[in-house]
Amino acid sequence: MAIRERLSGNEAISFAIKQVNPDVMPAFPITPSTEIPQYVANYIANGEMDTDFIPVESEHSSMSATIGASAAGARALTATSSCGLALMWEELYVAASNRLPLALCLVNRALSGPININCDHSDSMGARDTGFIQIYAENNQEVYDNFIQAYRISEHKDVRLPIMICQDGFITSHAVENIELLEDDKVKNFVGEYNPENYLLNAEQPMAMGPYAVSNYYMETKMAQNTAMQNAKQVILDVGKEFGEMSGRNYGFFEEYRLEDADYAFVIIGSAAGTSKDAVDKLREEGMKVGLLKLRVFRPFPDIEIAKALSNCKAVAIMDRSEGFRSKGGPLGSEVKAALYDYAKNVTAFNLIYGLGGRDFTVEEAEGIYKELAGYVEEGKSFEEYRYIGLRGESYSVTRTGQKGSVNDIKSERV
Amino acid sequence: MSYNFKQEMNKPERLAPGHRMCAGCGGTIAVRAVLRALHEGDKAVIGNATGCLEVSTFMYPYTAYEDSYIHNAFENAGATMSGVETAYNVLKRKGKIDDTFKFITFGGDGGTYDIGLQSLSGAMERNHDFVYVCYDNGAYMNTGIQRSSATPMYADTTTTPVGSKSNGKMQNRKDLATILAAHDIPYVGQSTLLGNFKDIHTKAEKAIYTEGAAFLNIMAPCPRGWRYPTEDIMEICKLGVETCYWPLFEVDHGKWILNYEPKKKLPIEDFLRPQGRFKHLFKKGNEDLIVQFQEEVDRRWEDLLYRCARD
Repeated sequence: MAIRERLSGNEAISFAIKQVNPDVMPAFPITPSTEIPQYVANYIANGEMDTDFIPVESEHSSMSATIGASAAGARALTATSSCGLALMWEELYVAASNRLPLALCLVNRALSGPININCDHSDSMGARDTGFIQIYAENNQEVYDNFIQAYRISEHKDVRLPIMICQDGFITSHAVENIELLEDDKVKNFVGEYNPENYLLNAEQPMAMGPYAVSNYYMETKMAQNTAMQNAKQVILDVGKEFGEMSGRNYGFFEEYRLEDADYAFVIIGSAAGTSKDAVDKLREEGMKVGLLKLRVFRPFPDIEIAKALSNCKAVAIMDRSEGFRSKGGPLGSEVKAALYDYAKNVTAFNLIYGLGGRDFTVEEAEGIYKELAGYVEEGKSFEEYRYIGLRGESYSVTRTGQKGSVNDIKSERV
Repeated sequence: MSYNFKQEMNKPERLAPGHRMCAGCGGTIAVRAVLRALHEGDKAVIGNATGCLEVSTFMYPYTAYEDSYIHNAFENAGATMSGVETAYNVLKRKGKIDDTFKFITFGGDGGTYDIGLQSLSGAMERNHDFVYVCYDNGAYMNTGIQRSSATPMYADTTTTPVGSKSNGKMQNRKDLATILAAHDIPYVGQSTLLGNFKDIHTKAEKAIYTEGAAFLNIMAPCPRGWRYPTEDIMEICKLGVETCYWPLFEVDHGKWILNYEPKKKLPIEDFLRPQGRFKHLFKKGNEDLIVQFQEEVDRRWEDLLYRCARD
């Protein structure tokens, strides 16, 4: 029988870590992820798990030591947020290119400056091209479930890539919600033992890791990583299905919420999907055909699947919780628009920025955006895109008027 | 621990020939000398900071190491080996591995004195059971002889070039062995390439087989950067010791021990003169620079004598 509990996101992922009982966890504290190493250290101190914790002196060292442990043949992980992830930058690439299936528990927080401890996705979105698998969660239940699936995905022989399990800082990490936990033995059976093929401490077969590779070899290593990322798609689906059979909670690349017959939809990541679902329910009651696509897996990017799911929509709002500073929106916007351009050109897509540095995003704001999408399509009204939702003061935006916004119809102005 | 030169030299090499380090490179000699101190039958994982040694000994798809080896990046050889050593402890405890492994990490002075100092300090303070070996050639040689905090004063480097208004590097070198000794780790040793290699061998063996963190600082001349004839390396090292520029000492569980005191301390000119990087010091009018250099060597030597006499 599943265990009913009330936990925060940080407690939930720490509990999952305890159940998985990996070998080595180096970590350095940073708000709002600090509780994770604290909980783990407590579990160890009380004999509830036998992971070795390394209290390193920086996040660069936490990822470096995680890489060392993983290369040696151990199941390893670390946790961090924001500037901690930024300090690891170089090492994220090393972990991925060395094909180490380690896990990183990321609690999403805005990057400095100004220094800000609250949620946005600028940290993990900045790391989107490092070669990590990235899986996001809407709430504490998903964080827990995602971590339990993490090593099954990362360690799969067709994948062997590091994995980042993301949750929204404070909103998810610190808010206590009801949760269903799995029994220890179920988790252990599901995750299984880690038995790497090649590792430093294999006395029979020494190995060397981290070579200097000249132009004759470098490009092939990148293609090998890319192939692994492509393979990860099927593995993520298989593991999600198997997890669903065990837990009753199914996972794929994304959740489609009332999307099937929707004319207007959001594409959104993380906790704000919950807020937006309330808006969807309310507008559905009013007779508007609205829905939502909550993206769970950002790396690998399920472009065809997203385009297919959105292909019957008249207009979508792609909601970015991080800036791209190309002056035209964020990373989720770029990638979803590219997918639509390739596979569903009929869908009009707008990109909006919300929730930077923990700025509230409300049900009313979400409703307003859905109504604007309808106004654009049904009444020929203009739509201000790239703007910041809930900004105090002036917002740079581009106003798009005219269906399918041909280049001549677009004017760029401050609104 | 008796030492038999011939016997040691007949051991199988753990750094295989065919790597791409320069002829006469002090770093390579230091690595081979340290690895010879591993007892036969003991497995090892060798770590490496980015530098000449790394790019020349592990160029895909060839490795020169007979043992397992990991290079991660420039500034994190200490942290990386922390993870390897911790994994060993866990996997051994869980019964997943049986063999005895030893852990040795090499870094140049760039990766050790400078960009990797934080990572090294953290690993040493946590007292991981491994040896960090700095092969100190006194500049960033891999990128082309730029100054480091290990570069001696007045050395001509590509970022402290000698010119009409410059006499080379303006600052004294950092005393890293003392900094590591201040971490209160079980073992710190300073050595170089000398005679029958007994000093470096003994220290390496102590460092490897002492439980807990250990640090070795090895002066490893670079003929390209120091500008002396390649074949003179042993003479250069000897002069470094006989002038007390590079004293041989160890700090064993907090006890400072002077391993060698020259009968007649040679003037520092004897060490500086054969090296092209100090050529400008011997121009007329620069006599006071050598006096200053000598004063700094004397000051540090007296300080070391005091520490060792006290213990």
